[in-house]
Amino acid sequence: MNAPDTTSELLKTPLDQWHRDQGGVMVPFAGYEMPVRYDSIVAEHTACRTSAALFDVSHMGRLRFDGDGSEELLDHLLTRRVRDLAIGGVRYATMCNAEGGVLDDVLVSHLETPSSRRYHLLVVNASNRQKILRWIEPHLADFPTVTMTDRTDLTAMIAVQGPMAIEIIGRLFKTDISRLGYYQATITEQFSKPVIVSRTGYTGEDGVELIVRAEEAKRVWENVMLCGRDAGFAAAGLGARDTLRMEAAMPLYGHEINESINPLEAGLGFACNLKDRSFIGDESLRAIKDSGPTRRRVGLLVEGKRPAREGCPVLVGDQIVGEITSGGPSPTLGVPIAMALIQREHDAVENFEIDIRGKRVAAKQTSLPFYKRK
Amino acid sequence: MSRDPAALHYADTHEWVDLDSDGIATVGISSFAIEQLNDLVYMDLPEVGTILELGQEFGEVESVKAVSPLYSPVAGEIIEVHSELPDQLEKLNDDPYDFGWILKVKTSGEAPSQLMDHPTYQKQCAEAG
Repeated sequence: MNAPDTTSELLKTPLDQWHRDQGGVMVPFAGYEMPVRYDSIVAEHTACRTSAALFDVSHMGRLRFDGDGSEELLDHLLTRRVRDLAIGGVRYATMCNAEGGVLDDVLVSHLETPSSRRYHLLVVNASNRQKILRWIEPHLADFPTVTMTDRTDLTAMIAVQGPMAIEIIGRLFKTDISRLGYYQATITEQFSKPVIVSRTGYTGEDGVELIVRAEEAKRVWENVMLCGRDAGFAAAGLGARDTLRMEAAMPLYGHEINESINPLEAGLGFACNLKDRSFIGDESLRAIKDSGPTRRRVGLLVEGKRPAREGCPVLVGDQIVGEITSGGPSPTLGVPIAMALIQREHDAVENFEIDIRGKRVAAKQTSLPFYKRK
Repeated sequence: MSRDPAALHYADTHEWVDLDSDGIATVGISSFAIEQLNDLVYMDLPEVGTILELGQEFGEVESVKAVSPLYSPVAGEIIEVHSELPDQLEKLNDDPYDFGWILKVKTSGEAPSQLMDHPTYQKQCAEAG
């Protein structure tokens, strides 16, 4: 075994002390110290699939856009249409460079405060926050009425995910959150304090993501834990978050997508509105769509017990036809799963081999996602 | 017979060594390492007959989250491999020092000077947190 990396100069979320008090194993992630697990990753994963799990996702970037023209600005930056996003709507989108490479994948929400102020909220990956701020900055000059505010440090974000999440925590909020549709968000109150409730997540389960002021984070987290104690709610770390999102075949930035992977080959065509729109990267993406992407993201079930990890070459015969982007054991399926980017001429192959550090292992293509909730 | 963790030698890479009077070293990984790794899913072991140098990578153990190489805490020839272990990794948690042995290695009979005794190893673990 190698010694764990030592951590220095890392940011802490408002829930940092809670994680430490509960025995969270803290690791550096995207400039933050985050819990990778409290006890067993598999137990935390299972809690999410059967009851509900709480995740501190305060490290994710939260950027607020106020003023006339916000939707035009975001529409220009994102691969998905924002202009027709109704109040309370949430959309998954990618932000691309001119070549169509993915700068980040984001959630954009259109919200209204109790005092009828409307704004857009962009949730970006922690690892990309500074890059995205720098990317957007020059475009603000073209939209002088728009202001962008980085709300990340002032707020905390808590994901409550699992089949029992909505039913159990519903009573905590002033409004009935069960009436919130999937991919809808609202601003309501918890204990007379404002909270954004968004019916979204990164686990493949039903659930919500809550955004509260940083100083309210611990109270809200503990209220949710207490509320779900008898139902088996568990705090879960980044380890379970990764196995859960892999089973749900959700991309992770830096793995399934990056600046040299476009959203079409990553299987994110649904997040690209290419018709009758003009946005950064539109011409490149239209050209890629017309000629067909050269690679495609596929799902693989790996034979045996040994997981295939990111970077392992995927072969047909002796020819390398792709590479694993993410892989690991699937606690729900009980077998190793992996996602890979495969060259187009081989993307319909059923039986592949994976080179796991010099050893060949058989893998079968399967449709994504690996897990779909009932 | 049950092995006493306090009587074993330890490498800074968390392998334990039980050296008998015939120079046969039994090698495993410590309960601290198993706890740190968490949720083991796979172990890759070498062949009997392999000659190991001190500190040589001889296999790997894999958890849900990561792959960790295993390093030989002794030098010598592998004379036995615990081949049932990879299929029963869950037992490693409860019984790292008896059921959890990984290799038996024929050594010169001297414990390498780099190895730590139990109190020193425990101190290292406490510092690693």
